[in-house]
Amino acid sequence: MRYLGFILLLGLFSYQPGPKFPSKLSDYGLFEGELKNQLPHSGVTPYALISPLFSDYAHKLRFIQLPSGKSVAYNPDSVFQFPVGTRIAKTFYYPMDERKPNGSRRLMETRILSHEPTGWVALPYIWNEEQTEAYLEVAGGTSLVEFKNQQGKKQQVNYVVPNVNQCKGCHERDGAMTPIGPSARQMNASIQYAHGNENQLDYWGRTNQMSDVPTLRPKFVSYIDEGASLNERVKAYLDINCAHCHNPKGPAKSSGLFLDHRYYGTTAYGIMKSPVAAGRGSGGLQYDIVAGKPAESILHYRMNSHDPGVMMPELGRSIIHQEGVALIREWIKSLN
Amino acid sequence: MKYLLIFLLFIGLSPVMGQAQFEKALQTQLILASDGDVIEVEEGNFQISGSLSLEGKKKITIRGKGMDKTVLSFKNQKTGAEGIKITNCENIILEDLTVQDSKGDLIKSMHVKDIIFRRIKAEWTGGPKPQNGSYALYPVLCTNILIDSCIAIGASDAGIYVGQSKHIEVKNCTAYQNVAGIEIENSLYADVHHNHAYGNTGGILVFDLPDLIQKKGGFVKVHDNLIEDNNLSNFAPKGNIVGKVPRGTGMLILATSHVDIFDNKILNHRTVGVGIISYFMAEIAIKDKEYDPYPTAISVYKNTFERRLGRVPLEGRFAQIYRFKLRFGRDVPQIVYDGVLDSTRCGSDGQYLPQHRICVHQNINQSVANMDAEHDFKNVRRNPKELDCVQEYVKSNQF
Repeated sequence: MRYLGFILLLGLFSYQPGPKFPSKLSDYGLFEGELKNQLPHSGVTPYALISPLFSDYAHKLRFIQLPSGKSVAYNPDSVFQFPVGTRIAKTFYYPMDERKPNGSRRLMETRILSHEPTGWVALPYIWNEEQTEAYLEVAGGTSLVEFKNQQGKKQQVNYVVPNVNQCKGCHERDGAMTPIGPSARQMNASIQYAHGNENQLDYWGRTNQMSDVPTLRPKFVSYIDEGASLNERVKAYLDINCAHCHNPKGPAKSSGLFLDHRYYGTTAYGIMKSPVAAGRGSGGLQYDIVAGKPAESILHYRMNSHDPGVMMPELGRSIIHQEGVALIREWIKSLN
Repeated sequence: MKYLLIFLLFIGLSPVMGQAQFEKALQTQLILASDGDVIEVEEGNFQISGSLSLEGKKKITIRGKGMDKTVLSFKNQKTGAEGIKITNCENIILEDLTVQDSKGDLIKSMHVKDIIFRRIKAEWTGGPKPQNGSYALYPVLCTNILIDSCIAIGASDAGIYVGQSKHIEVKNCTAYQNVAGIEIENSLYADVHHNHAYGNTGGILVFDLPDLIQKKGGFVKVHDNLIEDNNLSNFAPKGNIVGKVPRGTGMLILATSHVDIFDNKILNHRTVGVGIISYFMAEIAIKDKEYDPYPTAISVYKNTFERRLGRVPLEGRFAQIYRFKLRFGRDVPQIVYDGVLDSTRCGSDGQYLPQHRICVHQNINQSVANMDAEHDFKNVRRNPKELDCVQEYVKSNQF
């Protein structure tokens, strides 16, 4: 009897939210050849962001498939409004040795963001051990992964695949699911295509996948670019890592802390702003940012923690982004 | 729905099912639930390792087998800040279960229209500690909230906390060993009655704070509550406004307008029975131009106060004010008002126009003081005549 129960349980776990969502990544037909090589089919465009979200040092491969014959309109300010039928795929992986980016790698999950007639849907597909397939797992999961970092040091990560609801914890604006990354500011840079290097917005315009692409376009700096201005690096960093929740329409709006780059320099950006419901997340500190004093700034404290009840972002990482914390520390020190 | 019931049957019958499977099964149910489903959670003690979330659903009931019978413990939580998180939903009922020891808040609901918490115990089991999460029950940016017969214990901020919400009823609840027992913050139309708040730092708080999305709270009725012995040392992590509440506070109204406090028993508070203060008392600079820092249109009447003679405990900023500025000695007044007035609401006599007044009347063992905080407490006055008034009460039909 107990075994029967188990079998039925297992059966239920593989039950999917409606028949229209494939249970396997390969069912989407986004890739050609071996799935793990992640080579896009024609009509599937790889893309990259200038300043990406930190996800426990995972590397990411990103792809967009527009519905055939459709294009997306350029806009300078926010994430592009992709048409219904668009699919965005993001594969998270770890190179076994970060010093050899083209060496062997462990694929962790591929998230599909699918623009359905009822809105965007996020679906996590978890890669099997054999790296031959990724399977839909609405409840997410965790797995331990080990790799060598840039310094050749062994690093262990308890990698967490978010569940479907947690996806929306970040991908939400005014209650509706939305992509976060692909905006003009984030994509205004060259990447390597099959045909060679080209600026992404130029490419999208030239191939008629994007309409009305102007020549003058905003651009984030890369936050890892030490040659860029500190303020611009911080704007880019906080925008992609925090502003998806911390904006007036996002899930963290109740905090009144808005880290969208447009709020830079205001009280809402945290400068001498008291926390609202930070609880022990305040770390005993009075303000989100105290100019010149990173050790007295809650922003720095919460970025520099991996306690689930303290850390920010509260999802999507389990370890500290040392380089990000260093950047914020340097910036807060520079303020006066 | 049929499948869910079969599924639940097997949870009960399947002793081999481990904690991890239970958690995954429950989370999967929450994700796959169809509008109208009842999700029943078995009796037992279950260790949960990550936040459970319900998102974008309508008409869902999550029902345990009873308080202390169905226990979800987040003691070994590894991911997520909350125990249970309910977002962007409508018509949600959560009832008959206990949740314990999450890293952050125990149950948070955000952007939910019509939510009922009923017979929920939400607690940190290791006693009052700053390491405990902020809020036990935490609806924020919600509309139509009923919190009925719940118990909240050990929150390092507020046990029952309603923030930036509208149309709220909190009744028959018990809150103890929290910094604040029950707190209504930047919320409109709240009816808080027949609760028991004891052994907290502060019993019931009604606050309006700056820099928030829902700017203005108010139209709050607090009545028929038993608020007693809230003399616990304040254990809130610093940086939180509640950390400024002095131990020994029965009720504190901070910068909220249209608040009626009546028919309560407010007993044995070493610092203050009912404090009515402006945001200036928090000594934090105000940068929010739309923010109204003044409490106005408040009635405190027909309550019963009791307090033994004795000095206020010497702990925190307010205690210093009491000791060195107010100098009440051992006969500390039950009701204090900071006396900081908004000149735009004053008449020619320099006092508030009738519709903005703070009125205190017909309390048992009533004793009142105006702190005159505006003039550095120079003219502290007991039983001041400007507070001896009656004004229109908050209307019930607004709720």
